[in-house]
Amino acid sequence: MSARGAIQREGIPFVFGILCLLAVITVIEMLIRWGMINPFIVPKPTDIVMSFERIILEENILPRFMMTFGEALMASLMLSVVGISLGVLLHRNTTVRLATQNWVAAIASAPLVLMYPLFLVIFGRSAWTIIMIAFVSALPPVILKTLEGLAGTRAVLINVGRSFKLTPSQLYWKILFPAALPNIFVGVRLGMIFALINIVGVEFLINFGGLGQLVNELAERYDLPGTYAAICFVILVSVVFFIGTERIERWLRPGT
Amino acid sequence: MPAVDPILVVENIVKRFETQDGVLVAVDDVSFNVMPGEFLSVIGPSGCGKSTLFNVMGGLLGGYEGRISVGGETVRGPHASIGMIFQEESTFPWRTVIDNVAFPLEIAGMAKVERTEKARHFIDLVGLNGFERRYPSELSGGMRQRVSMARTLASEPKILLMDEPFAALDEQTRLLLGDKVLQIQQDLKQTTLLITHNLTEAVQLSDRILVMTYRPGKTKRIVEIALPRPRNSEIVSSDDFGRYVAQIWSDLREEASKGLKDDEARRVRSGGAGAS
Ligand SMILES: Nc1ncnc2c1ncn2[C@@H]1O[C@H](COP(=O)(O)OP(=O)(O)OP(=O)(O)O)[C@@H](O)[C@H]1O
Ligand SMILES: [Mg+2]
Repeated sequence: MSARGAIQREGIPFVFGILCLLAVITVIEMLIRWGMINPFIVPKPTDIVMSFERIILEENILPRFMMTFGEALMASLMLSVVGISLGVLLHRNTTVRLATQNWVAAIASAPLVLMYPLFLVIFGRSAWTIIMIAFVSALPPVILKTLEGLAGTRAVLINVGRSFKLTPSQLYWKILFPAALPNIFVGVRLGMIFALINIVGVEFLINFGGLGQLVNELAERYDLPGTYAAICFVILVSVVFFIGTERIERWLRPGT
Repeated sequence: MPAVDPILVVENIVKRFETQDGVLVAVDDVSFNVMPGEFLSVIGPSGCGKSTLFNVMGGLLGGYEGRISVGGETVRGPHASIGMIFQEESTFPWRTVIDNVAFPLEIAGMAKVERTEKARHFIDLVGLNGFERRYPSELSGGMRQRVSMARTLASEPKILLMDEPFAALDEQTRLLLGDKVLQIQQDLKQTTLLITHNLTEAVQLSDRILVMTYRPGKTKRIVEIALPRPRNSEIVSSDDFGRYVAQIWSDLREEASKGLKDDEARRVRSGGAGAS
């Protein structure tokens, strides 16, 4: 619990991670400089870093970042609310579960993004098309992981609750739900990854705002350092989400 | 002798399970009484139906014949007068020690300040003061089992029902926790029913011991343990203690070896099926 312990637990791995990343980047830089990797396929990391200034100043990166971030946030919120609720529903109702579980798993592997024309017809060429495609494609992992977490609650914990005469709703809120939280968060994180991939992909496809469109434009201009720099911002979105969910998880379920 | 009514009456309990190889009689016509303040142990070999009996008494398992009553009232489903401590680790990993112990009080709707204070008292009782803010993942197995014990005691049950609470612990910890249980039982005059397969533990703690047979689980014998009270773990070195252990062991040996033969037979059968 001491500050020193916290530094050892979190600080050292963090620094180690950064050093590894820097090492890999340095190696790539060297390989490109020595001509072992073609610089027209992979630009030099130093060039990518240099191009940050340009894409920030000239390409409106901040509003684009906020747009993609906002879409991802909206999709994730919908994902959490609807996905977890559906998971709970499937857990409570055995018939529904047996009838639909395999279908949900099957949808997880369907390339729903290819149905984007349909979404365009329904939602128009707007952020909602993007959000809805991301939301629908990312739903299965959230549902399935919620279900798995609830069903995997150790029987003895439920028995403890029953022996203390908990009502069914207390049993859910005080025992099943907290016990399932780690699994639920795995589902939400997986779902967010699915969602972000779809968001960037559809921005790219329908040429509508955000970072996906920028990546597309820069690639078409053959501005490779700029393209990679824009991709770094996509990664930044996912990093922000990961840190965010981790914070929320630790707050909701301490002790692990 | 004053006429005191038993606090817990177990009458002719029969519990059967439908299994793939037909009907299995897990508990067969078990009856006994427990007096207020008494410490009764139920001992029997592994698989003789002890946990089944425990779950029936705690109201977690239905579909049995016979009757359980607490203070004259027939038990149907979990009963507020019965507090259960389970065989497996059962603390809530997402709650601190104090929040684990305060759990039944929170469910009962007690105010935060009040329940924290009360939980502290029970944490003291099991000797975990100083660990209130820790999470179960930061505690040893023995400490976690004490948290479960404090949590159940905090609900102030009339009858404490324990299913091999120390089974997963080493012998020294078991003896020391036994002392703790003895002390708590003497302080609170807590009626306690302990399910165990450990002979020393049973003789160390009990006023009476019910020996169960192996499959079907019937009552083989009830033995009075006339060792002086207050007791502690030092009693294990006395001659009387040794005599009781020897006497119960001769009863138990027969049953345990039946269980062992049964296991071997099953292994041979399944091994034979696998080879052909
Ligand atoms: N839900 C169930 N369905 C079918 N059989 C069961 C069920 N629960 C227990 N049994 C069987 O009933 C018998 C008694 O089981 P029980 O768990 O009560 O034994 P036990 O005495 O507690 O054993 P141990 O000391 O190993 O904990 C065993 O043969 C077991 O296989
Ligand atoms: Mg058992």
